[in-house]
Amino acid sequence: MNDASGSGETREQEPEIVADFSNRHKSAMTRLLGFLQTTPSAIPLFVLVMAIIIFGILNGHRFFSPFALTLILQQVAIVGIVAVAQSLVILTAGIDLSVGAIAVMASVIMGKFSFDLGIPPELAVLCGLGSGLLFGTANGLLVAYVKLPPFIVTLGMWQIVLAANFLYSGSVVIRSEEIAQKAPILQFFGRTITFGGAVFTYGVILLLLLVLLMSYILSQTSWGRHVYAVGDDPEAAELSGVKVKATLVSVYAIGGFICALAGWALIGRLGSVSPQAGQLANIESITAVVIGGISLFGGRGSVAGTLFGALIVGVFTLGLRLLGADVQWTYLLIGALIIFAVTIDQAIRKVSL
Amino acid sequence: MTEAVLTARKLNKRYGHVVAMEDCDFDLLPGEILAIIGDNGAGKSTLIKALSGALRPDSGEIRLEGKPVTINSPIQARELGIETVYQTLALSPALSIADNMFMGRELLKPGIMGSLFRQLDKKKMQAIARDKLSELGLMTIQNISQTVETLSGGQRQGVAVARAAAFGTNVVILDEPTAALGVKESRKVLDLIKTIKEKGIPIILISHNMPHVFEVADRIHVHRLGKRLCIIDPKDYSMSDAVALMTGAMAPPDKEAA
Repeated sequence: MNDASGSGETREQEPEIVADFSNRHKSAMTRLLGFLQTTPSAIPLFVLVMAIIIFGILNGHRFFSPFALTLILQQVAIVGIVAVAQSLVILTAGIDLSVGAIAVMASVIMGKFSFDLGIPPELAVLCGLGSGLLFGTANGLLVAYVKLPPFIVTLGMWQIVLAANFLYSGSVVIRSEEIAQKAPILQFFGRTITFGGAVFTYGVILLLLLVLLMSYILSQTSWGRHVYAVGDDPEAAELSGVKVKATLVSVYAIGGFICALAGWALIGRLGSVSPQAGQLANIESITAVVIGGISLFGGRGSVAGTLFGALIVGVFTLGLRLLGADVQWTYLLIGALIIFAVTIDQAIRKVSL
Repeated sequence: MTEAVLTARKLNKRYGHVVAMEDCDFDLLPGEILAIIGDNGAGKSTLIKALSGALRPDSGEIRLEGKPVTINSPIQARELGIETVYQTLALSPALSIADNMFMGRELLKPGIMGSLFRQLDKKKMQAIARDKLSELGLMTIQNISQTVETLSGGQRQGVAVARAAAFGTNVVILDEPTAALGVKESRKVLDLIKTIKEKGIPIILISHNMPHVFEVADRIHVHRLGKRLCIIDPKDYSMSDAVALMTGAMAPPDKEAA
């Protein structure tokens, strides 16, 4: 049983020498990957800064102005908010395809309840937010208790919510003027604050506050640590005393709620309530999360990274448009960035072994 | 006779027609290292799962310090001061050593930051984790906030054992702690087990490795066909006797040997 004990002495010497050698050999690369392992948002931040500098040089003041830079923030605000929800879900090694549909449904509920049911707009907003919470909770219960794969659950929920949205709204847009007149609170997140040339919509401020709040919650509270533990290894988390199912349900529920907030902000951005909006929000939010360095395998990454990811997409989009390039170049480059980001993630996860 | 810390009487567990435990008895005495040995499929893990809350026996009674208890989940077992080091270790690789040690029982900051903003007291948890690791002579780990995945197999085992020793006020259960380790790291873990014993915490050690069992165990519980076959004193039996008992090649001694 202990046949190795005889040769134990000689065996012990060898690995140490080998380890020492290899340590010196690849220390720089390993150290870099080790740093990225603890701070995976460093790469998207670096890419973001480089992109701003490069497009700034190419476009000059048209791009490198407070107005243009804050315009990028406005353009990514909705996807950014949805991506915060997506980040939570992906940190648990899940995925949420229903985020965009939930956001649009919430905006339609806010609009229809105010105009068709004639209830006070403030209450209609609460109903819309509640609907997001409800759909998210349904996702969470199906994932945690019925143990269905998140991809399937949210694929189904996406279709269900989207169809319900079209059936309920009849694809009818509620016009901006009407809303401004009768239910201005629906356009709350479209209001702006300006500093010189910089224009911040309330929607942008909501995005930034959400990122700050979620960063705090994920890194400083037990719930946040549990989200990472569940994504990392659910069985280990369960055995260490984490309530895995409750954590999963809460993640999807909070995700749904944040999507509904995005739906509210979407009315502010468009001015109108449009059942056709936000169709690509699921794919765009996953793009932001992945470029932002959150591992699709769960347990790794940060919400700050997601913000950088969303901003990278925004910078590429505006930068290339100002250069007069075909919009397809944006998609092409973003596609390349996605593959690059996942390659880096794989490399980071391999150093661990 | 000293009163046992943890006892089980007539535990039964069936999976359909398969009997995993049949009228199984179990006794753990204060301050001892009790090894559980048995052939594959003898039902060792079923017994351990029943004691650590991972499964509920169909019938039978478990007593902790004389009081009957029900252990329905690992969380309940932990609340009773029974800590288990699983064969899989149950550590989250991407999280830090301190995060792992306090997983599921995090400490909050005092005052309003803790009560209202639910902020974790990371400094305090790191300090305690560092203390616990050095108490067990594991401070070759330089940085308490390094992630578990950067540790060697032996160091990971050390973290899992330290976590159990830090919170296991009544019982520490170790499931095959040396199975995945090399000679040198196994030695460290065995030393660790002895250190925990010196602290007065009784230990249940499940192992296939006879030299390890005979080195550290005070008594050996031989498990066979879903129940306790006998308890032997490692000083009175050889390793080959133990293997013979386990496999049924040798008849068990009279029951009073325990």
